[in-house]
Amino acid sequence: MLYFSKIRIFLISLFTLIFVIFALSNFTNIGKKIFDKKINLGLDLQGGSYLLLEIDNQPIIEQKLQNTLLTLRKYFKDRNIKYQNLRIQNDKFIVFDINSNDIEKTKNLFTDENSDINPYYIQFKSHQFDLELDKNTFKLEFSKYGLIQIKNSSLDQALEIVRRRINEVGTNEPNILKRGNDRILVELPGLDDPMRIKNLLGKTANLTFRFILKNTEETFGVENLSFEDGSENALVSKRIVISGENLLDAQPKMDNQTNQTVVTFSLDRVGAKRFGKATKTGIGKRLAIVLDGKIVSAPVIQGAIIGGSGQITGNFTFQSATDLALLLRSGALPAPLNIIEERTVGPGLGQDSIDAGIFALLIGFILVIIFMFFKYRLLGLIANVTLVINLFLLLGILTLFEATLTLPGIAGIILTVGMAVDANVLIFERIKEESENEKNRIVAFDRGYDKSKTAVIDANITTLIAAIILFMMGSGPIKGFSITLGVGIFTTLFSVYYIARLLTSIYVTKNKYKDGAI
Amino acid sequence: MKKKTIYFNNYYKLFNFISIFLIFASLFLLSFKGLNYGVDFKGGTIIELRTNDKNLTISKLRQSFRIMNLGDISVKKFGNENDYLIKFEKKDSNNVNFISDIKQKLENSIGQIFDFRRVESVGPKVSAELLRSGIIAIALSLAAMLFYIWIRFEWQFSLGAILALFHDVIITLGFFSLFSLEINLSIVAAVLTIVGYSMNDTVVIFDRVRENLKKFADIKIFELTNISINETLSRTIITSITTLLALLSIYFFGGQILKGFAFAMILGVVFGTYSSIYIANPILVYLRVSQKTIIKEDKN
Repeated sequence: MLYFSKIRIFLISLFTLIFVIFALSNFTNIGKKIFDKKINLGLDLQGGSYLLLEIDNQPIIEQKLQNTLLTLRKYFKDRNIKYQNLRIQNDKFIVFDINSNDIEKTKNLFTDENSDINPYYIQFKSHQFDLELDKNTFKLEFSKYGLIQIKNSSLDQALEIVRRRINEVGTNEPNILKRGNDRILVELPGLDDPMRIKNLLGKTANLTFRFILKNTEETFGVENLSFEDGSENALVSKRIVISGENLLDAQPKMDNQTNQTVVTFSLDRVGAKRFGKATKTGIGKRLAIVLDGKIVSAPVIQGAIIGGSGQITGNFTFQSATDLALLLRSGALPAPLNIIEERTVGPGLGQDSIDAGIFALLIGFILVIIFMFFKYRLLGLIANVTLVINLFLLLGILTLFEATLTLPGIAGIILTVGMAVDANVLIFERIKEESENEKNRIVAFDRGYDKSKTAVIDANITTLIAAIILFMMGSGPIKGFSITLGVGIFTTLFSVYYIARLLTSIYVTKNKYKDGAI
Repeated sequence: MKKKTIYFNNYYKLFNFISIFLIFASLFLLSFKGLNYGVDFKGGTIIELRTNDKNLTISKLRQSFRIMNLGDISVKKFGNENDYLIKFEKKDSNNVNFISDIKQKLENSIGQIFDFRRVESVGPKVSAELLRSGIIAIALSLAAMLFYIWIRFEWQFSLGAILALFHDVIITLGFFSLFSLEINLSIVAAVLTIVGYSMNDTVVIFDRVRENLKKFADIKIFELTNISINETLSRTIITSITTLLALLSIYFFGGQILKGFAFAMILGVVFGTYSSIYIANPILVYLRVSQKTIIKEDKN
């Protein structure tokens, strides 16, 4: 166990040296051209915001049911199927009755794998809708996979919109990830106050231009909407003239004539055409600009607007106009987002945590080193050198993988310092025992290493199991803890079995038969 | 140089009674008093704030928060004179201005500049999920340890080790219940690490017991466990000391946020070391482990 060939010594030294350099690259800028990696600081250390958003899919599901209902009407008509009581029940089911002659035929339309009204997902072996048939009453409900399909597509859309909105604000390296099939995780490092972003993400930004009506005679239906400032209510047609999708660009602007802040917009070709036509025929009417179910303003149309651009007035400050323009540019969310978890750490606390963590690490380190030296003297010195190298290896590996260091992660490093000596202690204690009956130190050391091996491995595997489970189950800061704890086990084993053993072998081969305590 | 032998085995029964008492006391506390869950597991909001007004009192601060109708509120000092930790039930996910509204109201009623150093808001759905995954993590780690020890040792040893683990986890949680200390995500991390540490400690002694079983056919298990404990004792003590040194420095210098974690770990290390000696080993004695136990296993 104690023999080391020259080439092995060289390889161990080289390996150690490389990782020490990696570790040091966090503190200096020398050699930046060759190796430019650093340990990332977690949000709890550098300050920042963690937001977990959940999509409220219910409106989308209701919308889809509504669409399906309309499609079905046409579908049955085209195929001469007589139906009755076609309706949506509990915002969940589509229910209708079919004349008894057509039941078999209709059933096949919904259950056939090539059905064009109820798509079949081959990969899930499931239709979009589950069909329940009670005598002649058909009841359709989104199947599990039908719902997943809806959720996934709305998640993809929402993710894109969230990304655009955050990029427009221009924060530092945001991290935007999917979580499950209806959640989005947003990490915003260095952001002290997430207010503005929360505001931007909290708005669906569904923009429509619709005419205000004097009475309810409108085939498309009307709804009663209130103005954003709460001043009045108005009957607004459900017929959409143009929507946010027709927008090419939107910018905040100071109107020189009125000295008001406005949002100017330009439309795409389809939008410009429709806007032109509507403004031409609607002179004298009021066109409501509706944002998320509230009327922002409703100017009276003075003349046809053909150029495909216009402006939105309202009670805007420059900030709110900037934000509205931003929302319009980045598009509407498919459904509202709720913030279901928020964790924000200010930069002041982050720095305090770093300082406290490093201070605790130093104190813990010094205490352990002093203790080991007094307990084991020369071997203690070896254990201590090993411990220092272990720490550098740990930092080096974290740097190489650009791992994220969190406050619990620092605790994991400190704990590693405390537990890493265990392996050396196990070995040293065994060597002590073996030397009681064996005068030749080389033999005693050899046996010590050999016989303690299973205990050392066992001891580290148990901690590794805990670290792996934490890594799988934990989130954010806790994950950081499991990473340092887990990586610490590997660096400990390496430093104990290569570095400490190398140092011991050098010592022992020079003092083969000396008496006295070890 | 012969070391003095300590007769741990003379106190097996005594400490077993004490442990059984502690476990029942903990279970009693856990089922009747329960645990003090933090916002991670209960939902709600915490705000860590710093003020530059030395005359601000907890009751004044509590009064200002109470009029905001935020549900159950707790206000306490956090580490030093100027830092406070405010915890309340409500978490308004529909109002994105929730936190800034609170700050505004606070400045209106007390009228000074507060620095919100940390805000954590967890909705009921998320907290329920976090609690579930925390419980799963602990259960999973116990199962993993059981599996590990089962492939490494004979069943008598596994039973001893696992009972020692349950002992440590239950009593640590019992302490948290007794002193109403907050349970949050970092405590779950601590419990998992305790499970690893306690197992580690037990396995080192068991390794030696098994080695000695092979060596000495005529020594009774009652004696043998004591010999093994003594042989590994200095390692047990040194490792506990270095680990405790590290944990104490986290506890005293690592900042407020890590205090709960460090405290749980300190308890765990103490009980983990104790249980390896006084739970795991007596079980081997009660199960009449002998050389036959491991020889039979080897034949298989």
